[in-house]
Amino acid sequence: MAGIGGKSGESASSAFAPIRAWLIAPTWLMIGFFLVVPVGTMLVYSFLTKEFRGGVIWEFSLAAYDRFIFDRGLFGDEPPKLELTYITIFARSIVQAAIATALCLIIGFPTAFYIATRPVSTRAIWLFLVTVPYWVNLLVRTVSMKFLVRESGPLNTFLQWTGVISEPLQIINTDFAVQLGLFYSYLPFMVLPIYASVERYDFALSEAAADLYAGKWTILRKVLLPTVKPGIIAGCILVFVPSLGAFLAPDLLGGAKNFMIGSLIEEQFKGNAGNWPFGAAASMILLSMVLIVLLFYARRQSVRAGA
Amino acid sequence: MESSKENLAVELQGVFKKYGDFVALKKIDLEIKDNEFFTLLGPSGCGKTTLLRVIAGFEEISEGTILLKGERIGDLPPNKRPINTVFQHYALFPHMTVEANVAFGMKMLGMSKAEVADRSRKMLEMVKLGDFAGRRPNQLSGGQQQRVALARAMAPGPQVLLLDEPLSALDLKLRHAMRVELKQLQMETGITFVFVTHDQEEALTMSDRIGVMDHGILQQVGTPHEIYEKPVNRFVADFIGETNIFDATISHVGDANCVCVLRNGSSVGCEAGSNPQVGAKCHLSIRPEGLEMSRANDEPRSLGGRVEQVVYLGTDTQYLIRIPSGELVTVRCQNTIADGVNYSTGDEVALKPRDGAARLLVD
Ligand SMILES: Nc1ncnc2c1ncn2[C@@H]1O[C@H](COP(=O)(O)OP(=O)(O)OP(=O)(O)O)[C@@H](O)[C@H]1O
Ligand SMILES: [Mg+2]
Repeated sequence: MAGIGGKSGESASSAFAPIRAWLIAPTWLMIGFFLVVPVGTMLVYSFLTKEFRGGVIWEFSLAAYDRFIFDRGLFGDEPPKLELTYITIFARSIVQAAIATALCLIIGFPTAFYIATRPVSTRAIWLFLVTVPYWVNLLVRTVSMKFLVRESGPLNTFLQWTGVISEPLQIINTDFAVQLGLFYSYLPFMVLPIYASVERYDFALSEAAADLYAGKWTILRKVLLPTVKPGIIAGCILVFVPSLGAFLAPDLLGGAKNFMIGSLIEEQFKGNAGNWPFGAAASMILLSMVLIVLLFYARRQSVRAGA
Repeated sequence: MESSKENLAVELQGVFKKYGDFVALKKIDLEIKDNEFFTLLGPSGCGKTTLLRVIAGFEEISEGTILLKGERIGDLPPNKRPINTVFQHYALFPHMTVEANVAFGMKMLGMSKAEVADRSRKMLEMVKLGDFAGRRPNQLSGGQQQRVALARAMAPGPQVLLLDEPLSALDLKLRHAMRVELKQLQMETGITFVFVTHDQEEALTMSDRIGVMDHGILQQVGTPHEIYEKPVNRFVADFIGETNIFDATISHVGDANCVCVLRNGSSVGCEAGSNPQVGAKCHLSIRPEGLEMSRANDEPRSLGGRVEQVVYLGTDTQYLIRIPSGELVTVRCQNTIADGVNYSTGDEVALKPRDGAARLLVD
């Protein structure tokens, strides 16, 4: 905007002024239609009364939120107690998503670092390889994962054959299986942003730190990580947020015990047994949680940038 | 001779550096004295940065020995060498304040918090950035960043400071100012400076001694005066300042002097280099200010020609003279008020080297 360079940019872009509004119009339409309308619908539905066998009755009610937080007994006439079922599911989801994010970070960071330090000519190939799993539908990938780690699956067969274990490992229907599934689903979302920031990293900074008596670990902790932090945070958000609401991996790999928010919500809208207002309310709570975290982060960033 | 070894800061013995088949440093033998401002000078790609990186420890050498204060440091990683570097593009840590940048090395050395804070402040004051301690590097001008880099590298009190073209990113005026500041800092602190540049003026004005490099070979090491007045070969003569190179044949060899005959038959006396042979072909270098000009005379064997161009340079006037062999010779005369002689294009003039101006070059 400011300075001499800005002027030519402004005049060039002002040539587009008459049609500028139209350039962004398709995006606004898409967002308006496919984001705002559904989210608005959910918000409204969460305050309506449930109809048995799915659907809603157009009558204002706080029952959905009430059910999320309070336990009023089977017939709803006992004094309210704190309902732990759903809060537990939320807490478990947060823990599961956090562990999956940590797994992605531990595996993804070295991967991204490795790729970013290859010769320029081969980086494209490595990046391409990272995205290859995305050619296969997530459902198919998750089902095949289930097949791989089940009791009599290839993993257990192999481990028993090598003699590492004598009894098959119980992986399926555990928390670990869910974490593994989430990790596998979202790893590229961690690798790509970190790659982008490591690629921009000036390795002269590492040399400067070494020159100033820093050892390898200190260079990593004090210079490399802080410099590439924006990429790491972006990667963590991109993995954590979808993991939190995921339902394929918990459903297929975790079984009934390891219910997560995504499955809870999905269940409310499935078949005749569901409770639409309750599903909508759970969605709104999930959405607000994510938004609060993101806003908090964005605020911190802008404070930092302003300083 | 042995006693002088004691005050050597850096010593390189037969150092080779190869990148695959490419030899970047060829048999470098170099002694850099304690408290010295030593400059490495040479054209782009000659291996200056490579030599600095070898001393700093960023590059392993293929052959040879590196000594710091008499001790071998060839196997030490950069963070174990008491040597600091001012990088060409500064490489300041972007996420740290100016003060944290300066403090970094001292913290790594385990100095106490109070000492680090105290010394950081002193270093920043020394480079006149006392008021900028809280800023980030990207909030500073190029010259200020350069000074932060300098303060950061000097703060831990290194035995040797390496500087890779630290002034090249600055504009002319700032560059001239920083030359003086750098030289002053070096003299005040007494730290040995190894300074890389491809700017000969920078090298001549700042250095105690200069090493001239080309193609990975150290061509000549000497004081600015020696390098300028007594270049050992054609490359050095050509690279440092302006000069005229003449083909010649050695006609007579004396004790310390010899006589060479130029192609037009005029003979020129010069200091004898290493064992000159009568009849051997050689080159003579004569600086533009080392030639005396007079109106053409009829003496058949004098060097002469026709003035082709006159360039007024303020204190001097520079003439380009076309000699009969077809070559152009540059002559520079001081403009004094008393001396009213002026030549203009087309004049026939005679040229004569001043005493001691001709320099015999080994190729
Ligand atoms: N990592 C490397 N691999 C292969 N060749 C290299 C490498 N680094 C430097 N070289 C080569 O070594 C030679 C010397 O390089 P160096 O960077 O030391 O030159 P320089 O004198 O510092 O030049 P400049 O004034 O342009 O900075 C060059 O020909 C360069 O191409
Ligand atoms: Mg260089």
